[in-house]
Amino acid sequence: MPKQTRKTTKKHEKDDDVLVRIRGLRFARGDRWIFDGVDLDIPRGKVTAIMGPSGTGKTTLLRLIGGQLRPDAGSIQVDGLEVPKLSRRELYALRKRLGMLFQSGALLTDLSVYDNVAFPLREHTDLPESMIRNLVLMKLQAVGLRGARHLMPSQLSGGMARRVALARAIALDPMMIMYDEPFTGQDPISMGVLVQLIRLLNDALSLTSIIVSHDVQETAAIADYIYVISGGKVIEHGPPREIMHSSSPWVRQFMQGLPDGPVPFHFPAQPYLDDLLAEGEA
Amino acid sequence: MIEALRRLGRIGLGFFERLGRGHLFLLSVLGGLPGLFLRPRLVVQQVYSTGVLSLLIIVVSGLFVGMVLGLQGYNTLVDFGAEESLGVMVALSLVRELGPVVAALLFAGRAGSALTAEIGLMKATEQLSGMEMMAVDPVHRVVAPRFVGGFLAMPLLAAIFSAVGVMGGYFVGVGLLGVDDGAFWSQMQAKVDLHDDIANGVIKSVVFGFVVTWIAVFEGYDAEPTSEGVSRATTRTVVHASLAVLGLDFVLTALMFGD
Repeated sequence: MPKQTRKTTKKHEKDDDVLVRIRGLRFARGDRWIFDGVDLDIPRGKVTAIMGPSGTGKTTLLRLIGGQLRPDAGSIQVDGLEVPKLSRRELYALRKRLGMLFQSGALLTDLSVYDNVAFPLREHTDLPESMIRNLVLMKLQAVGLRGARHLMPSQLSGGMARRVALARAIALDPMMIMYDEPFTGQDPISMGVLVQLIRLLNDALSLTSIIVSHDVQETAAIADYIYVISGGKVIEHGPPREIMHSSSPWVRQFMQGLPDGPVPFHFPAQPYLDDLLAEGEA
Repeated sequence: MIEALRRLGRIGLGFFERLGRGHLFLLSVLGGLPGLFLRPRLVVQQVYSTGVLSLLIIVVSGLFVGMVLGLQGYNTLVDFGAEESLGVMVALSLVRELGPVVAALLFAGRAGSALTAEIGLMKATEQLSGMEMMAVDPVHRVVAPRFVGGFLAMPLLAAIFSAVGVMGGYFVGVGLLGVDDGAFWSQMQAKVDLHDDIANGVIKSVVFGFVVTWIAVFEGYDAEPTSEGVSRATTRTVVHASLAVLGLDFVLTALMFGD
Protein backbone atom coordinates (compact mmCIF):
# COMPACT_ATOMS: atom_id res chain seq x y z
CA MET A 1 0.00 0.00 0.00
CA PRO A 2 2.05 3.04 1.09
CA LYS A 3 4.66 3.19 -1.59
CA GLN A 4 7.32 5.55 -0.31
CA THR A 5 9.24 3.78 2.43
CA ARG A 6 7.94 0.27 2.40
CA LYS A 7 11.33 -1.18 1.61
CA THR A 8 13.34 0.51 4.34
CA THR A 9 15.35 -2.00 6.30
CA LYS A 10 14.79 -2.38 10.03
CA LYS A 11 18.09 -0.99 11.21
CA HIS A 12 17.52 2.34 9.57
CA GLU A 13 14.13 2.86 11.09
CA LYS A 14 15.31 5.15 13.79
CA ASP A 15 16.80 7.72 11.48
CA ASP A 16 14.67 7.41 8.40
CA ASP A 17 12.13 10.01 7.53
CA VAL A 18 9.10 8.10 8.70
CA LEU A 19 8.07 9.07 12.23
CA VAL A 20 5.05 6.83 12.66
CA ARG A 21 4.90 3.49 10.91
CA ILE A 22 1.80 1.36 11.18
CA ARG A 23 1.70 -2.14 9.74
CA GLY A 24 -1.13 -4.65 9.63
CA LEU A 25 -3.07 -2.85 12.33
CA ARG A 26 -6.16 -4.68 13.53
CA PHE A 27 -8.40 -3.38 16.26
CA ALA A 28 -11.85 -4.55 17.29
CA ARG A 29 -14.43 -2.92 19.46
CA GLY A 30 -16.95 -5.49 20.62
CA ASP A 31 -17.30 -7.82 17.65
CA ARG A 32 -16.81 -5.08 15.04
CA TRP A 33 -13.45 -4.59 13.39
CA ILE A 34 -12.63 -0.88 13.48
CA PHE A 35 -9.33 -1.47 11.70
CA ASP A 36 -8.72 -4.53 9.64
CA GLY A 37 -5.21 -4.44 8.29
CA VAL A 38 -4.21 -0.79 8.12
CA ASP A 39 -0.77 0.26 6.84
CA LEU A 40 0.24 3.89 7.28
CA ASP A 41 3.42 5.96 7.17
CA ILE A 42 3.55 9.42 8.72
CA PRO A 43 6.58 11.23 7.31
CA ARG A 44 8.64 13.52 9.53
CA GLY A 45 8.16 17.24 9.25
CA LYS A 46 5.02 16.94 7.16
CA VAL A 47 1.34 17.54 7.74
CA THR A 48 -0.43 14.25 7.14
CA ALA A 49 -4.20 14.06 7.12
CA ILE A 50 -6.27 11.01 7.90
CA MET A 51 -9.74 11.39 6.51
CA GLY A 52 -12.84 9.32 6.41
CA PRO A 53 -16.52 9.41 7.26
CA SER A 54 -17.67 9.67 10.87
CA GLY A 55 -17.44 6.48 12.82
CA THR A 56 -14.49 5.02 10.92
CA GLY A 57 -12.30 5.16 14.02
CA LYS A 58 -10.10 8.09 13.10
CA THR A 59 -9.94 9.22 16.73
CA THR A 60 -9.33 5.63 17.74
CA LEU A 61 -6.30 5.64 15.46
CA LEU A 62 -4.83 8.62 17.34
CA ARG A 63 -5.45 6.87 20.64
CA LEU A 64 -3.68 3.80 19.32
CA ILE A 65 -0.69 5.90 18.26
CA GLY A 66 -0.65 7.57 21.68
CA GLY A 67 -0.82 4.22 23.41
CA GLN A 68 -4.14 4.84 25.15
CA LEU A 69 -5.53 1.80 23.38
CA ARG A 70 -3.77 -1.39 22.41
CA PRO A 71 -4.26 -3.02 19.00
CA ASP A 72 -5.37 -6.62 18.63
CA ALA A 73 -2.69 -7.22 16.07
CA GLY A 74 -0.10 -5.37 14.03
CA SER A 75 2.66 -2.95 14.75
CA ILE A 76 2.64 0.76 15.62
CA GLN A 77 6.05 2.38 15.69
CA VAL A 78 6.59 5.96 16.77
CA ASP A 79 10.14 7.19 16.31
CA GLY A 80 11.31 3.61 16.19
CA LEU A 81 9.53 2.61 19.40
CA GLU A 82 6.96 -0.17 19.25
CA VAL A 83 4.12 1.58 21.12
CA PRO A 84 1.99 -1.42 22.19
CA LYS A 85 5.05 -3.09 23.72
CA LEU A 86 6.26 -0.11 25.76
CA SER A 87 6.19 -0.28 29.53
CA ARG A 88 4.17 2.33 31.33
CA ARG A 89 7.26 4.38 32.10
CA GLU A 90 8.51 4.28 28.52
CA LEU A 91 5.06 5.15 27.24
CA TYR A 92 4.87 8.22 29.48
CA ALA A 93 8.35 9.24 28.35
CA LEU A 94 7.20 8.97 24.74
CA ARG A 95 4.01 10.94 25.42
CA LYS A 96 6.06 13.85 26.72
CA ARG A 97 7.31 14.15 23.16
CA LEU A 98 3.82 13.99 21.66
CA GLY A 99 1.15 16.64 21.74
CA MET A 100 -2.48 15.90 21.22
CA LEU A 101 -5.26 18.33 20.53
CA PHE A 102 -8.62 16.92 21.53
CA GLN A 103 -11.81 17.78 19.75
CA SER A 104 -13.16 19.54 22.84
CA GLY A 105 -9.80 21.10 23.70
CA ALA A 106 -9.84 19.15 26.97
CA LEU A 107 -8.67 22.16 28.95
CA LEU A 108 -8.68 21.69 32.71
CA THR A 109 -11.77 23.61 33.69
CA ASP A 110 -10.56 24.56 37.16
CA LEU A 111 -7.41 26.28 35.88
CA SER A 112 -7.05 29.57 34.03
CA VAL A 113 -5.70 29.77 30.49
CA TYR A 114 -2.27 30.63 31.88
CA ASP A 115 -2.24 27.72 34.32
CA ASN A 116 -3.48 25.35 31.65
CA VAL A 117 -0.54 26.13 29.42
CA ALA A 118 1.81 26.02 32.41
CA PHE A 119 0.38 22.65 33.49
CA PRO A 120 2.67 20.33 31.51
CA LEU A 121 5.69 22.52 32.33
CA ARG A 122 4.95 22.39 36.04
CA GLU A 123 4.25 18.66 35.95
CA HIS A 124 7.33 17.65 33.99
CA THR A 125 10.01 20.23 34.66
CA ASP A 126 11.56 21.92 37.68
CA LEU A 127 11.80 25.28 35.97
CA PRO A 128 11.48 28.36 38.16
CA GLU A 129 8.17 30.24 37.92
CA SER A 130 9.82 33.17 36.14
CA MET A 131 10.94 30.95 33.31
CA ILE A 132 7.60 29.16 33.15
CA ARG A 133 6.00 32.57 32.83
CA ASN A 134 8.17 33.42 29.86
CA LEU A 135 7.52 30.10 28.17
CA VAL A 136 3.77 30.31 28.74
CA LEU A 137 3.63 33.84 27.34
CA MET A 138 5.64 32.76 24.30
CA LYS A 139 3.33 29.83 23.60
CA LEU A 140 0.24 31.98 24.09
CA GLN A 141 1.71 34.66 21.84
CA ALA A 142 2.20 32.02 19.15
CA VAL A 143 -1.53 31.28 19.12
CA GLY A 144 -2.46 34.94 19.57
CA LEU A 145 -4.03 34.63 23.01
CA ARG A 146 -1.46 36.24 25.28
CA GLY A 147 -4.09 38.78 26.25
CA ALA A 148 -6.55 36.08 27.30
CA ARG A 149 -4.29 34.50 29.88
CA HIS A 150 -6.43 35.40 32.88
CA LEU A 151 -9.65 33.98 31.45
CA MET A 152 -11.10 30.70 32.61
CA PRO A 153 -11.85 27.98 30.01
CA SER A 154 -15.60 28.53 30.46
CA GLN A 155 -15.15 32.11 29.22
CA LEU A 156 -13.53 31.05 25.95
CA SER A 157 -15.22 30.44 22.62
CA GLY A 158 -14.73 27.04 21.04
CA GLY A 159 -12.04 28.30 18.69
CA MET A 160 -10.14 30.07 21.46
CA ALA A 161 -10.29 26.96 23.63
CA ARG A 162 -8.73 24.97 20.82
CA ARG A 163 -5.98 27.54 20.40
CA VAL A 164 -5.22 27.45 24.12
CA ALA A 165 -5.12 23.67 23.91
CA LEU A 166 -2.72 24.06 21.01
CA ALA A 167 -0.49 26.33 23.07
CA ARG A 168 -0.55 23.71 25.81
CA ALA A 169 0.24 20.95 23.32
CA ILE A 170 3.39 22.76 22.17
CA ALA A 171 4.43 23.74 25.70
CA LEU A 172 6.95 20.93 25.99
CA ASP A 173 8.18 21.35 22.40
CA PRO A 174 6.93 17.99 21.14
CA MET A 175 8.17 16.29 18.00
CA MET A 176 4.66 15.55 16.82
CA ILE A 177 1.15 16.91 17.31
CA MET A 178 -2.02 14.96 16.68
CA TYR A 179 -5.13 16.96 15.92
CA ASP A 180 -8.48 15.32 16.51
CA GLU A 181 -11.11 16.99 14.32
CA PRO A 182 -9.62 20.48 14.79
CA PHE A 183 -12.11 22.20 12.47
CA THR A 184 -15.39 20.75 13.64
CA GLY A 185 -17.92 23.35 14.71
CA GLN A 186 -15.76 26.43 14.05
CA ASP A 187 -16.94 29.66 12.51
CA PRO A 188 -15.12 30.68 9.29
CA ILE A 189 -12.73 33.04 11.08
CA SER A 190 -11.57 30.65 13.78
CA MET A 191 -11.43 27.97 11.13
CA GLY A 192 -9.09 30.12 9.05
CA VAL A 193 -6.99 30.89 12.11
CA LEU A 194 -6.66 27.23 13.02
CA VAL A 195 -5.85 26.14 9.49
CA GLN A 196 -3.09 28.70 9.30
CA LEU A 197 -1.78 27.96 12.80
CA ILE A 198 -1.48 24.25 12.19
CA ARG A 199 0.55 24.82 9.04
CA LEU A 200 2.66 27.63 10.51
CA LEU A 201 3.47 25.83 13.74
CA ASN A 202 4.35 22.68 11.86
CA ASP A 203 6.86 24.50 9.70
CA ALA A 204 8.20 26.96 12.29
CA LEU A 205 8.77 24.37 15.01
CA SER A 206 9.67 21.60 12.54
CA LEU A 207 6.97 19.40 13.94
CA THR A 208 5.23 16.47 12.41
CA SER A 209 1.45 16.85 12.34
CA ILE A 210 -1.32 14.35 12.01
CA ILE A 211 -4.77 15.76 11.34
CA VAL A 212 -7.78 13.57 11.69
CA SER A 213 -10.71 15.25 10.04
CA HIS A 214 -13.62 15.02 7.70
CA ASP A 215 -13.51 18.69 6.74
CA VAL A 216 -12.26 18.09 3.26
CA GLN A 217 -11.50 21.60 1.98
CA GLU A 218 -9.65 22.90 5.04
CA THR A 219 -7.67 19.73 5.51
CA ALA A 220 -6.76 19.35 1.87
CA ALA A 221 -5.56 22.97 1.87
CA ILE A 222 -2.78 22.34 4.39
CA ALA A 223 -2.04 18.63 4.21
CA ASP A 224 1.02 17.34 2.40
CA TYR A 225 -0.33 13.83 2.22
CA ILE A 226 -3.76 12.33 2.76
CA TYR A 227 -4.92 8.90 3.79
CA VAL A 228 -8.58 8.07 3.32
CA ILE A 229 -9.88 5.39 5.63
CA SER A 230 -13.17 3.60 5.37
CA GLY A 231 -14.49 0.24 6.49
CA GLY A 232 -11.37 -0.45 8.52
CA LYS A 233 -8.97 -0.10 5.61
CA VAL A 234 -6.94 2.56 3.87
CA ILE A 235 -8.77 2.92 0.59
CA GLU A 236 -6.72 5.71 -0.95
CA HIS A 237 -3.63 7.72 -0.21
CA GLY A 238 -1.57 10.34 -1.88
CA PRO A 239 -1.03 14.10 -2.10
CA PRO A 240 -4.25 16.19 -1.91
CA ARG A 241 -4.36 16.95 -5.61
CA GLU A 242 -4.30 13.26 -6.54
CA ILE A 243 -6.87 12.32 -3.95
CA MET A 244 -9.25 15.01 -5.16
CA HIS A 245 -9.22 13.42 -8.58
CA SER A 246 -9.13 9.86 -7.44
CA SER A 247 -10.36 7.20 -9.78
CA SER A 248 -12.40 5.58 -7.01
CA PRO A 249 -16.02 6.78 -7.13
CA TRP A 250 -16.29 6.37 -3.37
CA VAL A 251 -13.34 8.67 -2.69
CA ARG A 252 -14.66 11.19 -5.19
CA GLN A 253 -18.05 11.19 -3.49
CA PHE A 254 -16.39 11.75 -0.12
CA MET A 255 -13.93 14.42 -1.20
CA GLN A 256 -16.49 16.37 -3.19
CA GLY A 257 -19.30 15.90 -0.71
CA LEU A 258 -21.85 14.45 -3.13
CA PRO A 259 -25.13 13.38 -1.49
CA ASP A 260 -25.54 10.18 -3.46
CA GLY A 261 -23.11 7.73 -4.94
CA PRO A 262 -21.50 4.53 -3.75
CA VAL A 263 -22.57 5.62 -0.25
CA PRO A 264 -26.35 5.67 -0.69
CA PHE A 265 -28.49 8.54 0.55
CA HIS A 266 -31.01 6.06 1.98
CA PHE A 267 -30.42 3.93 5.02
CA PRO A 268 -31.08 0.30 4.04
CA ALA A 269 -34.82 -0.40 4.25
CA GLN A 270 -37.49 -2.54 2.64
CA PRO A 271 -38.89 -1.23 -0.65
CA TYR A 272 -40.63 2.11 -0.24
CA LEU A 273 -43.92 1.03 -1.77
CA ASP A 274 -44.20 -2.12 0.36
CA ASP A 275 -43.52 0.00 3.43
CA LEU A 276 -46.22 2.54 2.58
CA LEU A 277 -48.80 -0.14 1.85
CA ALA A 278 -47.98 -2.15 4.96
CA GLU A 279 -50.39 -1.67 7.84
CA GLY A 280 -49.84 -1.73 11.55
CA GLU A 281 -46.68 -0.98 13.48
CA ALA A 282 -44.49 2.07 12.89
CA MET B 1 -36.36 -20.45 34.57
CA ILE B 2 -32.99 -20.89 32.90
CA GLU B 3 -33.27 -17.32 31.62
CA ALA B 4 -33.84 -16.04 35.17
CA LEU B 5 -30.85 -17.99 36.43
CA ARG B 6 -28.76 -16.66 33.61
CA ARG B 7 -29.76 -13.11 34.42
CA LEU B 8 -28.96 -13.68 38.07
CA GLY B 9 -25.57 -15.01 37.05
CA ARG B 10 -24.90 -11.97 34.87
CA ILE B 11 -25.87 -9.61 37.67
CA GLY B 12 -23.63 -11.50 40.07
CA LEU B 13 -20.70 -11.48 37.66
CA GLY B 14 -21.21 -7.80 36.94
CA PHE B 15 -21.25 -7.03 40.64
CA PHE B 16 -18.05 -8.91 41.37
CA GLU B 17 -16.34 -7.48 38.31
CA ARG B 18 -17.08 -3.96 39.53
CA LEU B 19 -16.02 -4.87 43.03
CA GLY B 20 -12.73 -6.14 41.65
CA ARG B 21 -12.23 -3.06 39.53
CA GLY B 22 -12.98 -0.90 42.56
CA HIS B 23 -10.24 -2.61 44.54
CA LEU B 24 -7.70 -2.42 41.74
CA PHE B 25 -8.56 1.23 41.38
CA LEU B 26 -8.03 1.74 45.12
CA LEU B 27 -4.61 0.13 44.80
CA SER B 28 -3.56 2.50 42.04
CA VAL B 29 -4.90 5.47 44.03
CA LEU B 30 -2.86 4.37 47.02
CA GLY B 31 0.13 4.10 44.69
CA GLY B 32 -0.24 7.82 44.09
CA LEU B 33 -0.03 8.77 47.76
CA PRO B 34 3.77 9.06 48.07
CA GLY B 35 3.78 11.67 45.33
CA LEU B 36 1.37 13.80 47.34
CA PHE B 37 3.86 14.33 50.14
CA LEU B 38 5.86 16.41 47.70
CA ARG B 39 2.82 18.46 46.75
CA PRO B 40 0.68 18.97 49.84
CA ARG B 41 -1.00 21.95 48.20
CA LEU B 42 -3.10 19.62 46.03
CA VAL B 43 -4.46 17.91 49.14
CA VAL B 44 -5.07 21.17 50.99
CA GLN B 45 -7.21 22.38 48.07
CA GLN B 46 -9.31 19.24 48.30
CA VAL B 47 -9.70 19.42 52.07
CA TYR B 48 -11.03 22.89 51.41
CA SER B 49 -13.50 21.89 48.72
CA THR B 50 -14.73 18.69 50.38
CA GLY B 51 -14.37 19.79 53.99
CA VAL B 52 -14.69 23.52 54.41
CA LEU B 53 -17.44 23.82 51.85
CA SER B 54 -19.43 21.09 53.66
CA LEU B 55 -19.16 22.93 56.95
CA LEU B 56 -22.41 24.83 56.69
CA ILE B 57 -24.63 21.81 56.19
CA ILE B 58 -22.72 19.89 58.88
CA VAL B 59 -22.99 22.69 61.45
CA VAL B 60 -26.67 23.39 60.83
CA SER B 61 -27.61 19.71 60.85
CA GLY B 62 -25.49 19.10 63.95
CA LEU B 63 -27.21 21.93 65.75
CA PHE B 64 -30.70 20.66 64.96
CA VAL B 65 -29.91 17.03 65.70
CA GLY B 66 -28.47 18.10 69.06
CA MET B 67 -31.54 20.23 69.81
CA VAL B 68 -33.92 17.38 68.96
CA LEU B 69 -31.86 15.03 71.14
CA GLY B 70 -32.16 17.55 73.97
CA LEU B 71 -35.94 17.74 73.63
CA GLN B 72 -36.57 14.02 73.22
CA GLY B 73 -34.04 13.06 75.86
CA TYR B 74 -35.49 15.48 78.38
CA ASN B 75 -39.05 14.20 77.89
CA THR B 76 -37.93 10.63 78.50
CA LEU B 77 -35.51 11.30 81.33
CA VAL B 78 -37.77 13.64 83.27
CA ASP B 79 -40.24 10.78 83.90
CA PHE B 80 -37.52 9.05 85.89
CA GLY B 81 -36.31 12.24 87.51
CA ALA B 82 -33.03 11.77 85.69
CA GLU B 83 -33.05 14.95 83.60
CA GLU B 84 -29.60 15.82 84.99
CA SER B 85 -28.24 12.99 82.82
CA LEU B 86 -29.34 14.79 79.69
CA GLY B 87 -25.76 15.88 78.98
CA VAL B 88 -24.49 12.28 79.04
CA MET B 89 -27.31 11.09 76.85
CA VAL B 90 -26.82 13.78 74.25
CA ALA B 91 -23.04 13.41 74.23
CA LEU B 92 -23.00 9.62 74.02
CA SER B 93 -25.62 9.50 71.27
CA LEU B 94 -23.66 12.00 69.24
CA VAL B 95 -20.14 10.78 69.82
CA ARG B 96 -20.87 7.07 69.45
CA GLU B 97 -23.49 7.06 66.72
CA LEU B 98 -25.07 10.15 65.29
CA GLY B 99 -21.93 12.19 64.84
CA PRO B 100 -20.09 9.75 62.58
CA VAL B 101 -23.17 8.30 60.89
CA VAL B 102 -25.19 11.42 60.14
CA ALA B 103 -22.06 13.38 59.22
CA ALA B 104 -21.07 10.57 56.85
CA LEU B 105 -24.52 10.51 55.24
CA LEU B 106 -24.44 14.27 54.77
CA PHE B 107 -20.86 14.03 53.54
CA ALA B 108 -21.90 11.43 50.95
CA GLY B 109 -24.69 13.70 49.78
CA ARG B 110 -22.74 16.94 49.75
CA ALA B 111 -19.09 16.12 49.05
CA GLY B 112 -19.35 12.58 47.66
CA SER B 113 -21.80 13.48 44.93
CA ALA B 114 -19.71 16.54 44.05
CA LEU B 115 -16.55 14.42 43.79
CA THR B 116 -18.25 11.89 41.52
CA ALA B 117 -19.78 14.53 39.31
CA GLU B 118 -16.51 16.44 39.05
CA ILE B 119 -14.38 13.44 38.14
CA GLY B 120 -17.10 12.05 35.88
CA LEU B 121 -17.38 15.32 34.00
CA MET B 122 -13.61 15.59 33.70
CA LYS B 123 -13.74 12.18 32.09
CA ALA B 124 -16.66 13.10 29.83
CA THR B 125 -14.93 16.27 28.62
CA GLU B 126 -11.71 14.34 27.85
CA GLN B 127 -9.76 16.17 30.54
CA LEU B 128 -8.55 12.89 32.01
CA SER B 129 -7.60 11.56 28.57
CA GLY B 130 -5.87 14.84 27.87
CA MET B 131 -3.81 14.48 31.02
CA GLU B 132 -2.86 10.95 30.08
CA MET B 133 -1.66 12.19 26.73
CA MET B 134 0.39 14.86 28.51
CA ALA B 135 2.06 11.99 30.37
CA VAL B 136 0.35 12.92 33.63
CA ASP B 137 -1.40 10.04 35.37
CA PRO B 138 -4.91 11.28 36.19
CA VAL B 139 -5.30 8.74 38.98
CA HIS B 140 -2.29 10.24 40.73
CA ARG B 141 -2.89 13.86 39.83
CA VAL B 142 -6.70 14.13 40.08
CA VAL B 143 -8.04 11.20 42.05
CA ALA B 144 -5.43 10.67 44.76
CA PRO B 145 -5.57 14.23 46.18
CA ARG B 146 -9.37 14.09 46.23
CA PHE B 147 -9.30 10.76 47.96
CA VAL B 148 -6.91 11.94 50.64
CA GLY B 149 -8.75 15.25 51.03
CA GLY B 150 -12.07 13.52 51.63
CA PHE B 151 -10.50 10.96 53.90
CA LEU B 152 -8.98 13.72 56.07
CA ALA B 153 -12.04 15.97 56.02
CA MET B 154 -14.62 13.41 57.08
CA PRO B 155 -13.39 12.71 60.67
CA LEU B 156 -13.00 16.46 61.22
CA LEU B 157 -16.53 17.08 60.03
CA ALA B 158 -17.86 14.30 62.28
CA ALA B 159 -16.06 15.85 65.25
CA ILE B 160 -17.51 19.26 64.47
CA PHE B 161 -20.95 17.72 64.05
CA SER B 162 -20.75 16.14 67.51
CA ALA B 163 -19.42 19.29 69.15
CA VAL B 164 -22.11 21.49 67.63
CA GLY B 165 -24.72 18.86 68.51
CA VAL B 166 -23.70 18.92 72.15
CA MET B 167 -24.07 22.70 72.08
CA GLY B 168 -27.54 22.31 70.56
CA GLY B 169 -28.52 19.89 73.31
CA TYR B 170 -27.17 22.34 75.84
CA PHE B 171 -29.21 25.27 74.46
CA VAL B 172 -32.43 23.27 74.61
CA GLY B 173 -31.80 21.35 77.82
CA VAL B 174 -30.22 24.05 79.93
CA GLY B 175 -31.44 27.15 78.18
CA LEU B 176 -35.06 26.25 77.52
CA LEU B 177 -35.98 23.34 79.75
CA GLY B 178 -34.07 24.32 82.86
CA VAL B 179 -31.71 21.38 83.37
CA ASP B 180 -28.98 22.26 85.86
CA ASP B 181 -25.97 23.73 84.07
CA GLY B 182 -23.32 22.14 86.28
CA ALA B 183 -24.94 18.71 86.28
CA PHE B 184 -25.24 18.77 82.49
CA TRP B 185 -21.51 19.23 82.00
CA SER B 186 -20.10 17.36 85.00
CA GLN B 187 -22.09 14.19 84.32
CA MET B 188 -21.00 14.34 80.73
CA GLN B 189 -17.40 14.72 81.80
CA ALA B 190 -17.67 11.79 84.19
CA LYS B 191 -19.46 9.36 81.93
CA VAL B 192 -18.02 9.90 78.46
CA ASP B 193 -14.91 7.79 78.15
CA LEU B 194 -12.03 8.88 75.98
CA HIS B 195 -11.20 5.40 74.78
CA ASP B 196 -14.54 3.61 74.72
CA ASP B 197 -16.67 6.39 73.36
CA ILE B 198 -14.65 9.09 71.68
CA ALA B 199 -11.92 6.92 70.17
CA ASN B 200 -14.47 4.44 68.84
CA GLY B 201 -16.47 7.27 67.34
CA VAL B 202 -13.36 8.61 65.67
CA ILE B 203 -12.54 5.17 64.29
CA LYS B 204 -16.03 4.99 62.83
CA SER B 205 -15.70 8.36 61.19
CA VAL B 206 -12.32 7.43 59.73
CA VAL B 207 -13.73 4.22 58.27
CA PHE B 208 -16.76 6.05 56.88
CA GLY B 209 -14.57 8.75 55.40
CA PHE B 210 -12.45 6.12 53.68
CA VAL B 211 -15.40 4.20 52.27
CA VAL B 212 -17.49 7.19 51.18
CA THR B 213 -14.57 8.88 49.43
CA TRP B 214 -13.47 5.65 47.82
CA ILE B 215 -16.95 4.99 46.44
CA ALA B 216 -17.24 8.60 45.26
CA VAL B 217 -13.95 8.73 43.36
CA PHE B 218 -14.39 5.26 41.92
CA GLU B 219 -17.90 5.97 40.67
CA GLY B 220 -16.65 9.18 39.09
CA TYR B 221 -13.68 7.53 37.41
CA ASP B 222 -15.73 4.54 36.29
CA ALA B 223 -18.65 6.64 35.04
CA GLU B 224 -19.77 6.33 31.47
CA PRO B 225 -18.49 9.54 29.84
CA THR B 226 -21.92 10.92 28.96
CA SER B 227 -24.39 13.16 30.78
CA GLU B 228 -26.62 10.22 31.74
CA GLY B 229 -23.58 8.21 32.76
CA VAL B 230 -22.39 10.93 35.12
CA SER B 231 -25.85 11.47 36.56
CA ARG B 232 -26.26 7.73 37.15
CA ALA B 233 -22.84 7.56 38.78
CA THR B 234 -23.69 10.46 41.09
CA THR B 235 -26.89 8.76 42.18
CA ARG B 236 -25.03 5.50 42.72
CA THR B 237 -22.47 7.27 44.86
CA VAL B 238 -25.09 8.63 47.24
CA VAL B 239 -27.05 5.37 47.41
CA HIS B 240 -24.09 3.02 47.73
CA ALA B 241 -22.17 5.25 50.11
CA SER B 242 -25.18 5.72 52.38
CA LEU B 243 -25.91 1.99 52.45
CA ALA B 244 -22.24 1.22 53.06
CA VAL B 245 -22.15 3.68 55.96
CA LEU B 246 -25.25 2.23 57.61
CA GLY B 247 -24.13 -1.36 57.07
CA LEU B 248 -20.61 -0.74 58.32
CA ASP B 249 -22.00 1.17 61.27
CA PHE B 250 -23.79 -1.95 62.43
CA VAL B 251 -20.69 -4.09 62.01
CA LEU B 252 -18.45 -1.58 63.79
CA THR B 253 -20.95 -1.05 66.61
CA ALA B 254 -21.23 -4.79 67.11
CA LEU B 255 -17.44 -5.08 67.27
CA MET B 256 -16.92 -2.09 69.55
CA PHE B 257 -19.82 -2.11 71.94
CA GLY B 258 -21.13 -5.64 71.54
CA ASP B 259 -19.01 -7.29 74.26
